[in-house]
Order: sequence, then C-alpha cells, then structure tokens
Amino acid sequence: MDASTRPLPVPTDLTLPFWQAAKAGRLDLQYCTDCAGFQFYPRPCCVRCGSTALQWRTSAGLGRIYTYTINHRAANPYMADKLPYAVAVVQLDEGPRMMGNLINTPLSEITIGLRVRTVFEPVSDDITLVHFEAEPATRQEQP
Amino acid sequence: MQENALRPVAIAGVAESDLGKVPGKTALELQAQAALGALADAGLKLSDVDGIFAHTDDRFSGALLAEFLGLHPRYVDSTNIGGMSNIAHIRHAMAAVSAGLCSVALITYGSTQASDGARALAKVVENPRTPRGQFVMPYGQLSPIGYYAMVAQLHRHRYGTTPRDLAEVALAARRWAALNPKAYRREPLTLDEVMQSPIVADPLRQRDCCLVTDGGGALVIVSAERAADLRKRPVIVRGIAETYAHHYTPFNTADWLETGVAATAQAALDMAGVTRADVDVVQIYDHFTIGVLQSLEELGFCKRGEAGAFVADGALGPGGRFPINTSGGGLSYGHPGMFGIFLVIEAVRQLRGECGDRQLPRHELALCHAPGLVFSCNTTMILGVQ
Repeated sequence: MDASTRPLPVPTDLTLPFWQAAKAGRLDLQYCTDCAGFQFYPRPCCVRCGSTALQWRTSAGLGRIYTYTINHRAANPYMADKLPYAVAVVQLDEGPRMMGNLINTPLSEITIGLRVRTVFEPVSDDITLVHFEAEPATRQEQP
Repeated sequence: MQENALRPVAIAGVAESDLGKVPGKTALELQAQAALGALADAGLKLSDVDGIFAHTDDRFSGALLAEFLGLHPRYVDSTNIGGMSNIAHIRHAMAAVSAGLCSVALITYGSTQASDGARALAKVVENPRTPRGQFVMPYGQLSPIGYYAMVAQLHRHRYGTTPRDLAEVALAARRWAALNPKAYRREPLTLDEVMQSPIVADPLRQRDCCLVTDGGGALVIVSAERAADLRKRPVIVRGIAETYAHHYTPFNTADWLETGVAATAQAALDMAGVTRADVDVVQIYDHFTIGVLQSLEELGFCKRGEAGAFVADGALGPGGRFPINTSGGGLSYGHPGMFGIFLVIEAVRQLRGECGDRQLPRHELALCHAPGLVFSCNTTMILGVQ
C-alpha cells in the first residue's frame, strides 16, 4: 500500500464545510430553503430551483444502496491491495445520492436496496472520507 | 434561431485511418491520414476545407489539425464530450454550414491509446478540486466501466438480466467483425471465452468491454445541394439531436436506466419525419455490452427489461432478427477511445451499399446512437439516401 498514490480531495471554498463536517464525523448536505430539498455534491446554487438560499444541514447518514459494483481491477495503486472492493452509490434518506466505498460488509451480502450508514475514515490531517457499511441486521427490512 | 432554419447537409466522404496497433503514427497523424482519405472519398481537395471539427486528447486539436494540414479554416470546433463528440460535431457543422460560417466541414478523430499502453483517458490525472476529483476519485471507481457495471447491476436487479444476455452482444459483434476485412479482432469468439474472461467490475467481464486500439476517422460535411455534384452518392443528415444530463458525477440522474436516450431519439426521428420501423441500418455505441441492451430499450426497439430476450440466439449478428453494428463495433472492429465517428462511417458505407459480405439487404435509412462519458449526454442521428 502506498498512501502517496491515493487520490485525495482538495477542498474549495464551496466544499470546505462538507469536509470540515466529515472531519468532525458528520455528513453535512446543502439544503435549499426555497424549495425545501437537499442536494449533493455542493453547488453554488440549488440544482432544482436555482436559488442561492442554501444552508448546511446534518444528514442522519442513513440510506440504501441505489446500485454498486465490485471492482476486481484497481483504479489506482493504492486500491490494489484492497481488491476486490465495493463502490456504491447510496440513496440517502434525505434524497440525494452519493458515492462511497462499502466497507465492513461481506461482499456476498451486498445487494441493491441494502440499508447502509455512514462510516468516517480519517486519511490526512484535513481529509476524512465518507464511506458506508451495512446497517445492523435488526434494522434491515425489505426494500 | 429555430432548428428549422437548419439547411440539409450531407456526409460526402468518410474514411478511417490505420486501425489496431499503429505505433509509428501519432493521433494527429492518424487524423490527417483519415482526413485525406475522406476528402478523396468525397472527391474534394484539402484546399476546399474551411471548417474543422476535431478532437483528440489535445485541447487545441482543431487548431492543431489545421496547422498540420496547412489549412486556415474560417470555423473551428473542438467540442469534447466523450464518445459521441464527433456526432455532435455533425450537428454543429450543420449549423455552421447553414449559417454560412463554413462550407466544407472536416470532422476528425484520432487516438493512439493502444500504443500508449493504456487508455489515454485513464492516465489523465484528475484535478483533485473538481467535483469528480473530490467526490468520485477517492473511492477507486473505475471509469467509465464502473458506472456501466453499476447500470448492469441495476438491470440485473430490476429485470433479471444475466451475464449470458450480455455475452450475446459480444458474440454478435465478433461475427460481424469476421466479415469486415478492416476489423481488428476477427478470429472466432466462443461463449465460454466470454463467460470465462476475467471480471473487471462486477458483473462486467473483459469481453463485455470494447477493444483498446489505435485509430482515427474522418467525415466531410457539405450542403446537400453541393453533395449532389460530388463523387459518391450523398448521405443526407435527415434528423439529429443532442441532449445533456450530467458529466462524470451522475448523482442527480433519477433513474440510471432512463438516461435521456428516448427523448433524444424521438427528436431525431421527428426531425427526419420517420419512425423506428422505417430504419434499416442501426449503429449503437457498444463501449460495453450492457450499453447496447440499455440503448435498445431506451431507443424503443424493445420494451424496458426485455433486451436480454431481444438479443438472444444471435439476433444482433449476421442473419439475425435485428442486425446492428455491422462493422464489428467497438467490441471487435476497434475502439480508439471514442467510437462515435466509426458508427457514422459504417452507417454511410451501408447506405451506399459498399459493405461487401456484411452488406444489409435493405439500406435506405440508418440510425446512429451514441452516448457520451457515462450516460451523461446523448446523440441520435438519422441518415438517408433519399
């Protein structure tokens, strides 16, 4: 594993609140106070109504797998010793979708509709990545 | 300006460059080779060209190609929106010719990604401050295959589509390639070889993926009026549409199996004043096998969820119920990174009746469909010889 080959985000003024929240163990999303909806990833305006009346609100960090794939080829040298690894697009309960690695979950148990929750992985002084893991079995229900 | 202000244009010349592994040529040289071939096909001279629509991975490619060929064009467009770019260029050229901004539009593409040792696009270092750099790249998503693997998972979950269904697309492509002397992979391909090829991004296997080749292509666009006096039978652009949904972060696309293809195709069909049933020749971008199933459904050639059954038993291949991608497609003819221009080259040759062993018996009207990036945008074009 070579951490120097891991592609890590560099925040901008627009996205810094997201990454600061992640560092504090929260998933914060932009919320449009004009059309009352959440969005991801951060934008300068609401992608539904165009409003700039956006505020940051903390997500419950819960959702379902919208779709996923299990990679058998590494996208970069850092991921090579993690093969095979799962990349999922998660539909958050607040509405938006986001991508993350699905970790702490047997690959054979991954399915579309699986209930998941956020997991935070500190990877540098500034950056904590947001991933997902299966919610405990008692909370699973049929999608 | 209304779209009905567009004047009819024709594809007057087509050519591909050397294909496969071409270590002795650059992407620029492949574009130039194809450009000269397409002009010869049209019976036009280099000095006739006054519009250039070109892209490689060089962001200045339109101007670079002009310099390389000694041209001083009045109009240049280097729009790069992935595999469909060159079909979008046809629409842009149609507008430019209609507005009098140029009269002979040369559209080119070239890539040496096979000789470069890997997909050129994969080698591009993503800026870690872009949306993709911040919210996709950290997770090791393979691109574009990861997104199409996710679409295949969704299709399997919703409709029960199997890896065997996907394999049919790869098998049909190889059977067409066997009939095309210019195709790169012509040797027989068996179902076992497809099903036992290594998984790259589950459920997509190596043989579900297009080839990685070098190659270039070129098209010459002129007004339909002018084309009538040129060397080859004109192929008229009867309908053409392009639509845009997202870039490389499709998080806001509501349903990844409803990706805007239907609306794009309908706009192109309406412009042409024809229906799906009128179409004789179909060329669908085959970057990944699942992409063909998805496009067949969204284009309306079969119902949602029924593409697996629709393509069964060699339906897409020579002699099949619904022959498509008669060149062998990106899966077996060649795929130098962006395949849109090659869909058009094959459609034009089919319409002219130049396809030899792989010639379709009816060839009056063709449909070409290509997405760009990761089901991010779409182009559909209707070509005819009437």
